[in-house]
Amino acid sequence: MSDDTLLIAGRELTSRLVMGTGGAPSLEVLEEALVASGTQLTTVALRRLDPSQQGSVLDVLRKHDIAVLPNTAGCFTAGEAVLTARLAREAFHTDLIKLEVVADDHTLLPDPVELLDAAEQLVNDGFQVLAYTNDDPILARRLAQAGCAAVMPLGSPIGSGLGIRNPHNISMIVDELDVPVVLDAGIGTASDAALAMELGCDAVLLATAVTRAEHPALMAAAMRDAVVAGRNARRAGRIPKRYHANPSSPLEGRAAL
Amino acid sequence: MPEHTSEVVVIGAGLIGLATAWRLAADGIQVTVCDPTPGSQTSTVAAGMLAPVTEVEYGEDDLLALNLASVAAWPTFAAELEELTGLPAGLHQTGTLSVAYDVDDAAALRRLADYQRRLGLDVEELSGRDARKREPLLAAGVSGGVWVPGDHSVDNRQAVAALLRAVELSGATVIRQRVSHVITAGTTAAGVQLDNGDTVRAAHVIAATGPWSSQLEGVPDELRPPVRPVKGEVLRLRVPEAYRPALKHTVRATARGFSVYLVPRPNGELVVGATTSELGYDTRVLAGGVFTLLRDARTVLPITDELELVESIAGLRPATPDNAPILGPSGLDGMLWATGHYRNGVLLTPITAQIIADTVRTGVLPELGKPFLGSRFGHSAEHLR
Repeated sequence: MSDDTLLIAGRELTSRLVMGTGGAPSLEVLEEALVASGTQLTTVALRRLDPSQQGSVLDVLRKHDIAVLPNTAGCFTAGEAVLTARLAREAFHTDLIKLEVVADDHTLLPDPVELLDAAEQLVNDGFQVLAYTNDDPILARRLAQAGCAAVMPLGSPIGSGLGIRNPHNISMIVDELDVPVVLDAGIGTASDAALAMELGCDAVLLATAVTRAEHPALMAAAMRDAVVAGRNARRAGRIPKRYHANPSSPLEGRAAL
Repeated sequence: MPEHTSEVVVIGAGLIGLATAWRLAADGIQVTVCDPTPGSQTSTVAAGMLAPVTEVEYGEDDLLALNLASVAAWPTFAAELEELTGLPAGLHQTGTLSVAYDVDDAAALRRLADYQRRLGLDVEELSGRDARKREPLLAAGVSGGVWVPGDHSVDNRQAVAALLRAVELSGATVIRQRVSHVITAGTTAAGVQLDNGDTVRAAHVIAATGPWSSQLEGVPDELRPPVRPVKGEVLRLRVPEAYRPALKHTVRATARGFSVYLVPRPNGELVVGATTSELGYDTRVLAGGVFTLLRDARTVLPITDELELVESIAGLRPATPDNAPILGPSGLDGMLWATGHYRNGVLLTPITAQIIADTVRTGVLPELGKPFLGSRFGHSAEHLR
């Protein structure tokens, strides 16, 4: 499938599974899961990690040649997010940023007003912004218009494992946007990830579904396969849904008994 | 420069180093312990939970076995310590009540209880009402609980004080100096050099260096253990006389997805912990850490508002890639690791001291310690030979 690379913020990726690192019980389990997932791009939260510290998750990412996508997790205002993004740029030597501006720490839903404000500021400041957003097609459009490198609508709230609650909205976002669309948050199991890809998303970002599974590496492998399966199904062109049956074996030429 | 000699030198006088030194000295072995400020770091900050059951994680079976062995060893260890020193060892056998707040918390707690039962651990699921019968000051919103009779706590500050005394009474020497490096001769550790230039020559070097283990100079790079510091913030509250005991058991809670624990001491102290962040050797207490701990504590224990906030402190857990300690041969002849205890240092103190002391005495790592060799992380001294 080397002819099917994903171009996101100028980076070519052959894996369409972006991983998060939160929630793993140990570094070793996280490493096994990341390797099993085949991911080439993984988010880390600057606020919870010192990039100069040896033996951290960053060493694991380096060891496996996985690119770092710093995020602004824990930010509630555009101002905080912009400050955090600038710190991340210095710390990780990358202009990539996953922009996350949440409204509160109970729902963890994006605050749309702060998000758009922060996205505009960061794009002006030269960042490649991957914006974590609600599944609102209009907000997604505005983020793309603001110059975000990718738009990342949620399937359902972070860590909820509720899957994709509004597939229709995700389809509308995919149909409308010219930038990559990454389904981010809410994935609970492999079929959710496959559905995201069947709906036309360019990639899937997930963490909890893997890191808090009973067997994280096995779930990571399942997610890897699901993303590939969903992507292939999307490209293969599914059949239309019919009300009545349509025989798959020809009726012609049967013996007239 | 003065040169001391000793049969054993222990680097680090936290709980692990002190307990190991005591066990060896009690057997008549000559022991020297080096630490600029004994017992002042992680051993002082920790909350002191003995929680093999409530802290169990998927896939950590070897660690669970070690944790269970150590919780079983604590009562005898504490009794011997108290008998020798006349000081309290701090063991508080209360059992632990895990509680859930909202429906999501309850589902997470049930999932963990299922796993604990599959492992054959002693847990009892309770309704919210029954959980509150055990701890009547818990919030009305507590929706369920799990009673774990075998998880206890230790007042780690009392344990540190008693162990320091025990080490001295047993004839070990404590030198209040930082070890600048391990002295090696080829692939053999021959002692340590101190910051003041003194040396301690010893046939056995035991590194109980906690979160600083990967920084220990003199150890070849290839043999440095993959131990990293994981910061944790902890609060100490005082329960006013009128409200005592606010809690009778250790309470662990998941409150709206956030974990918090509350560990009561017989003297009215209530320890609330702990945050987790990977910020190197930073031990600043952040406002956000205090806020989240208090928010979650008062969610499950509303009377938290009326308690005195006595202390906020941060310490460093010595974490390894698989959360389990690093015990035994280091790859350098004559040097043993007793480090990487992460969240279980207080719990694993008796069993670690026993395993390391046995290794020094017999030259062989006991069976129970074998899964925890540092070489499991692919480190090897073979190429040095």
